[in-house]
Amino acid sequence: MEAVALLLLLPLLLVPLALLARRRRGRRTPPLRLLVVAGSGGHTTEILRLLSCLSESYSPRHYIFADSDKMSEVQIRSFEQKRAEKFPNSQFTLDRIPRSREVRQSWTSSVVTTLYSMLYSLPLTYKLKPDLILCNGPGTCVPVCISALLLGLLGIKRATIVYVESICRVETLSLSGKILYYFSDYFIVQWPDLKEKYPKSVFLGRIV
Amino acid sequence: MKSVFVTVGTTSFDDLIATVSSPAALQVLQSRGYQKLVLQVGRGELKPEPRSSPAVAVEAFRFKDSLAEDLRSADLVISHAGAGSCLETLEEGKPLVVVINEKLMNNHQLELAKQLHRDGHVVCCNCSTLVETLQTMDLTTLKPFPPGQPEKFALFLDKVVGFQ
Repeated sequence: MEAVALLLLLPLLLVPLALLARRRRGRRTPPLRLLVVAGSGGHTTEILRLLSCLSESYSPRHYIFADSDKMSEVQIRSFEQKRAEKFPNSQFTLDRIPRSREVRQSWTSSVVTTLYSMLYSLPLTYKLKPDLILCNGPGTCVPVCISALLLGLLGIKRATIVYVESICRVETLSLSGKILYYFSDYFIVQWPDLKEKYPKSVFLGRIV
Repeated sequence: MKSVFVTVGTTSFDDLIATVSSPAALQVLQSRGYQKLVLQVGRGELKPEPRSSPAVAVEAFRFKDSLAEDLRSADLVISHAGAGSCLETLEEGKPLVVVINEKLMNNHQLELAKQLHRDGHVVCCNCSTLVETLQTMDLTTLKPFPPGQPEKFALFLDKVVGFQ
């Protein structure tokens, strides 16, 4: 089933997009527009930990999460409130998009809901025009990253996509991870077993 | 008063709530010196009524903005295998029993729980072995969990975006 879902998704992502996923190097001047894809519960906790050490150059931070997600907004607001004490000029926004995939949803119906989610994530990504996208595996990050790749393909805005696989993935990648392994600029894993299985990935030890 | 905090995060895990609030489990908890059981039941259909029978008081709620206070005041935490719940608990330095939900698709949660168990940081079981585990577990053998290093991620990111 998983293979079928991947096959259904791949036509969306045509080969030119993969070519676009080439890394862009060179110096950059701060600030940098950061788009963060949050996801209920553990995903948001983890991504806020990752953000906790970033300098004030990463501003504004645009958060996107699924509309069915109850807890992320509270967590993000409390994180940003604390951050504002340290960096008074700190800026952030919050946006919701339809959930791309519920836990336990079948792979094939996930494709349909992901496409539906694209209707919202594409205009939103266009509006935000992020320099950098940071995500860690909620289904919502797939339509957002596909949107960003499309904007890059159209020459509108090329964003660097950094994917950090959740700490709870020790031996296998999440479905989002399996897709974004091919389309992210940097793919970070947190356990050595995954680094061995996925050579393109980056292993920095446990970072959350 | 020694207390146990049970958390299922943003999900639902009725089997865990039912098992841990069953008479058999309450009896074991009492025999191990716990007098209070606080349940965070999330989206579950089961939300036990508060009761103070016979020696273990039971309280339940669905969600709170932050579970930090409940984690801090607990002497033992029983959690679903979600990364957020496990990490928060371990960082509070609380002994943790992770209960695997075998009904979840692919059950990838098993990976983290197994690894944390392999590294000696948590006690691990499923709903059918929970009562037995609570009875026989030795919390003194659990190893402390060193904090993760998000600063390494910040350094990496600065490098790849060209800030350094």
